[in-house]
Amino acid sequence: MLEGNAIFRNIYCLLAGNEGNAAYCTPLAPGQYGYAGVKFGLLPHGWEWVAYFVAGFIIVFMVVNAIMLSTALYTWFERRAIGRFQARIGPNRWGPFGLLQPIADLLKMLLKEDTVPKDADRWVFNIAPIVMFVPMLLIFAVIPFGKSSYIANLNIGILFIISVTTVSALAIFMAGWASANKYAMFGAVRGVAQLVSYEVPMVLSIVGVILLSGSLSTISIVESQRLPFLLLQPLGFLIFLLAASAEMNRTPFDLIEADSEIVAGYHIEYSGMKWGVLQAAEFAAPLATGAIMATLFLQGWRGTFLPSHLWFLLKVFSIVFLLLWIRATLPRFRVDQIMGFAWKGLFPLALINLFVTAIEVLIWPLPNTGQLWLMVGINWIVAVVSIVAFANILGQRSFRRLRPRTSPLAGVTSEVG
Amino acid sequence: MLDDYFRQYGLIVILSVIAVIIPTSMIAVSWFLSVIKIRPTNPNPVKLSIYECGMETIGPRWNQFNFRYYYFALLFVLFDVETVFLYPWAVHFRKLGLFALIEMGVFIGILVVGWVYAWRKKALEWR
Repeated sequence: MLEGNAIFRNIYCLLAGNEGNAAYCTPLAPGQYGYAGVKFGLLPHGWEWVAYFVAGFIIVFMVVNAIMLSTALYTWFERRAIGRFQARIGPNRWGPFGLLQPIADLLKMLLKEDTVPKDADRWVFNIAPIVMFVPMLLIFAVIPFGKSSYIANLNIGILFIISVTTVSALAIFMAGWASANKYAMFGAVRGVAQLVSYEVPMVLSIVGVILLSGSLSTISIVESQRLPFLLLQPLGFLIFLLAASAEMNRTPFDLIEADSEIVAGYHIEYSGMKWGVLQAAEFAAPLATGAIMATLFLQGWRGTFLPSHLWFLLKVFSIVFLLLWIRATLPRFRVDQIMGFAWKGLFPLALINLFVTAIEVLIWPLPNTGQLWLMVGINWIVAVVSIVAFANILGQRSFRRLRPRTSPLAGVTSEVG
Repeated sequence: MLDDYFRQYGLIVILSVIAVIIPTSMIAVSWFLSVIKIRPTNPNPVKLSIYECGMETIGPRWNQFNFRYYYFALLFVLFDVETVFLYPWAVHFRKLGLFALIEMGVFIGILVVGWVYAWRKKALEWR
């Protein structure tokens, strides 16, 4: 049964606790975290499936609401923070600090006219925002939000996350293709090429985590992290950060919707609420990435003195802020640089990380604390050496800041005309 | 009663149903507002034409694109199939030991030869 899932268990046992599932619904002592209510449920025997659906619906409803609310708040936070990075104020009019801005945005998008171009493929055009949005919610099915609170404990958790996130490439191509617009088409093919290229290093960088934890389930990965895997897998963390940043096409990698080149890419023809759904999916992506990275690399909900949910939120927030910082700092890559970076830079680095981790696991199958710290040292040295080596191979000879060259016309003073 | 495996996936089915309902209902509410005349719908031929910086679109709507994208699709298929084999290997690596490491080294080595070939043939360059 769904042992660790506290809220599900409480509701299920409140409704359908009986002798048949007494082992599952045994009242615990008041201090323990879990079911501590009545021993026999409200529903008669044989109605367990009702209890199952009610309890399942309630936890899913809670999680979905939390995600939607935090996505709305995140749009405010991102606009505020980007505003500060760019030395302006950002939305500050509606509500305290402009906190009600997402609601204003939603109302505006609901009341905007929604046009579908005459030549567009109507069905695909209308379905694409939905296909874009659904995976963003499905990712959270296997994320442990706190101590014994998650929706489902799949034994293939990470594989589920990867397979679900890949659907967004399909959605981008659907949107771009159905718009029957040249810019949208360019954005879509660029999008598919980029998402597909960065899928490979992203997937390979997780293999190191799986080697160390020996499980694909996100819940047992969190439990197996005695040290955060950020320390044990610095190279994997970096590769995953960059590849995930490219997967959700944010600014250093935002060729898919490069405003100055192909206007808005795949969502150029969208307006009204369909555009709103596409944007909501795009703003939920950093939160999903932050949740995945906090689970895989930062010990998930584990922490010392604060409640576990708060720890999880803090970790997600710090990852999200890191992504925001990268977005606000770096300019956009060129298309050849972006493909070269995935295939010549991140892919071999991910393979190096994979084999170094495999050899370490072979030498120390069950490491004690000292051996863990030894692995940390080795992995950091390997990370720095290999990054410097590949930077040299790929042509950036030194990490010195490039000096601007003076223009040949700088000293020339002449009249125009 | 169903066993634990189906219980976990049952919750995911519930989540996916709700995940489909939410964006659909957002779009449906917007459509409903246009039915009761709160939201404007005044389409005209210019508004329904395809955006192209103010010009009328020339040529076919679905244009051709660079064949180079297929290279990356092929490379992706090659290396993503590799990761399908890597995941179960990584889960059971502690039990399998040195033999599995050498096996996987040979397997990835062969693929890396293909990767180096693609690099030398300049399939990874974008021209």
